[in-house]
Amino acid sequence: MATQRTGAQIIWECLVHEGVSTVFGYPGGAILPAYDAMLDYPVKHVLVRHEQGASHMADGYARAGGGVGVAMATSGPGATNLVTGIATAMMDSVPMVCITGQVPSKLIGYDAFQETDITGITLPITKHSYLVTRVEDIMPAMKEAFVLAKSGRPGPVLVDITKDAQQAKIDWTWDPSPVKLRGYRPKLTVPQPEMASAVDLLAKSKRPVILAGQGILQSGAMKEVREFAERINAPVAMTLLGLGGFPASHPLHIGMMGMHGESWVNHAIQEADLLIALGMRFDDRVTGNIKTYAVNAKKIHIDIDPSEINKNVQADAAIVADLREALKDLLDVVKPANHEPWLTYIGSMKGTSAVHDIQALPDNGHLYAPHVINDIWRITEGKAIIATDVGQHQMWEAQYYHHELPRTLITSGGLGTMGFGLPAAIGAKMARPDAEVWAIVGDGGFQMTQAELSTAAQEGVKVNVAVINNGYLGMVRQWQEFFYDRRYAATPLRSPDFVKIAEAHGLLGLRVEKRPQVEDIVQQARKAEGTVLIDFRVEQEDSVYPMVPAGADLDAMIRRPQQTSVLVETAADQI
Amino acid sequence: MHHTLVALVEDKPGVLNRVASLFRRRAFNIESLTVGRTDVAGISRMTVVIDSDQVSAERVTAYLYKLVNVLQVEDLEEVPAVARDLALVKVAVAGHDRAHLLRVVDETRAHIVDSGEQTMTLEITGEPPHVDAVISRLEPLGIVEMVRTGRVAMRRGDTTLSAAQYS
Repeated sequence: MATQRTGAQIIWECLVHEGVSTVFGYPGGAILPAYDAMLDYPVKHVLVRHEQGASHMADGYARAGGGVGVAMATSGPGATNLVTGIATAMMDSVPMVCITGQVPSKLIGYDAFQETDITGITLPITKHSYLVTRVEDIMPAMKEAFVLAKSGRPGPVLVDITKDAQQAKIDWTWDPSPVKLRGYRPKLTVPQPEMASAVDLLAKSKRPVILAGQGILQSGAMKEVREFAERINAPVAMTLLGLGGFPASHPLHIGMMGMHGESWVNHAIQEADLLIALGMRFDDRVTGNIKTYAVNAKKIHIDIDPSEINKNVQADAAIVADLREALKDLLDVVKPANHEPWLTYIGSMKGTSAVHDIQALPDNGHLYAPHVINDIWRITEGKAIIATDVGQHQMWEAQYYHHELPRTLITSGGLGTMGFGLPAAIGAKMARPDAEVWAIVGDGGFQMTQAELSTAAQEGVKVNVAVINNGYLGMVRQWQEFFYDRRYAATPLRSPDFVKIAEAHGLLGLRVEKRPQVEDIVQQARKAEGTVLIDFRVEQEDSVYPMVPAGADLDAMIRRPQQTSVLVETAADQI
Repeated sequence: MHHTLVALVEDKPGVLNRVASLFRRRAFNIESLTVGRTDVAGISRMTVVIDSDQVSAERVTAYLYKLVNVLQVEDLEEVPAVARDLALVKVAVAGHDRAHLLRVVDETRAHIVDSGEQTMTLEITGEPPHVDAVISRLEPLGIVEMVRTGRVAMRRGDTTLSAAQYS
């Protein structure tokens, strides 16, 4: 039966129908009607300290929980403050719906107070967007927004709703009919001819490498990937965003690829005769110099987004489909293979190239970030959800926190957004209240969104914040060390006393300066109620190794200088 | 190399902006872009001519399909197609032998659509190279104003890019 509803009420009716239980936001003039209506609906609102925090929290919420994250803000500056979070979600294909208030429709185009063309601003960084000026259009826009955000290749959708549309009343009932978008085709059938050539390539390969990307998490294909890898007996190399999609402890897991990937992984890719790309997009951080990338390898590329096929790397078999569906079909026909010589060869590269970098760190009484992260991994048994910022600590996290489970690493891969870690961790904790959640952040990025400590305190959520504090914008400093003759322009960073910052928020703040303290302090943080911050005072000028300089060949890696063992080069052709 | 892409799009606010923004964002160069109605209400047709190789044209097509309001895209470079361009050209008449002018108009199959005391306005319609050729013949007479619609195109034969299928 139709009842009178305001546009503002319809927004919440739609959110409730979509199963939304938490919204991250910040009120303001043009979104006030929606905030007023909110009080009558069973949706939890998390008041952030800056709208960027809202979009990152919604992002972390979606990545950790697998649902759609929702952020809300007012017009003008409220909306523009969401932008970094929207771009972050777009680059990493995160399902998110952002709802913004807009000035009354009669004022659009007149440079009204707090008016901004947010649909225009976000056009290239949203999967789609809506400017809603009539109350009747709110429900269709909301329904479409959720379908678009979570289907196909997920992404952020913006719904900008004028204040008058929120205030207007209509007779309203929920329309349960499915959304019809005639220009949108997220459901793709697995192309059979391409499947046949993929099967053929798999049968011929002697040196295959599986490249495991975030598509595994998006399509929920963990089981299928594992079965596939075991069936064809191929090593599995991970992208940054793929970490957790295949268990790190699995014997076929060889580690992360790319700019800060493991040396043996990058060598294996360069020497492979077949790459099987599963839900990944051959980002430049993954390939290095594209002209010399895996030149002897055929490529099977499985991705749900047709525009990713042949974009960076030419595919010999391109399967545009949902990864899980494609793998199920492949598993029906792919024959078991044995690649023990190839796996042994990769194992030998691993054995000689790294008695792991971490063990080559000098024992000089200083605290090293890799040690800290490795200890956190050990203490949390690899089961915590870790949200990171961007930079050195992020790469060390990827190298030394060995993720066993999907959706346990939440990191800004594509956009590389500093300030992401803390709000993403808060969002992740809201989505997975039973999980242990850590934010591993640098002293630089942390200060960009540090105000969200206040949100954590107000909400009473427990996240453990590990500030990897080296007094520099570390990754930029590392590039300056390697490529700019150690001219440290604008990278030395003076920070406040982070322990006191935590205490000022009524939170527990702890400090670690020596490695033997790590275990006790980490345990103390885990046991304490509420959010805890640990200030890890680490070696100031440590660098992340190995490193493929931007644009260099994937196997041209800068290695940790102290390391004494030398990589034994064996011609891959001999096996 | 030129590629002529034809796209059926939903006639909704901002669609032209979305398409144009896509070309800008992905750094493709638009030579011409026309947009107009189809036989079906609510569906518009765009013709976009880009300067690109085959691989880039395929990329653009894939990106266009990512736009929710884009219904169908066809690259007419690979198929027989008819193309038309329309130009309105205002030429100076003063100081010219009128008979010579009229002869040029006649030979080039241009139409006189308006004439003033100092100028004459001609319409030229045809395959884009034809329009180019006529314009270069008119140049010595003194062109004082010109506008071109840009290319519109359609596949030859009975194969259709039907808007009706989306109505």
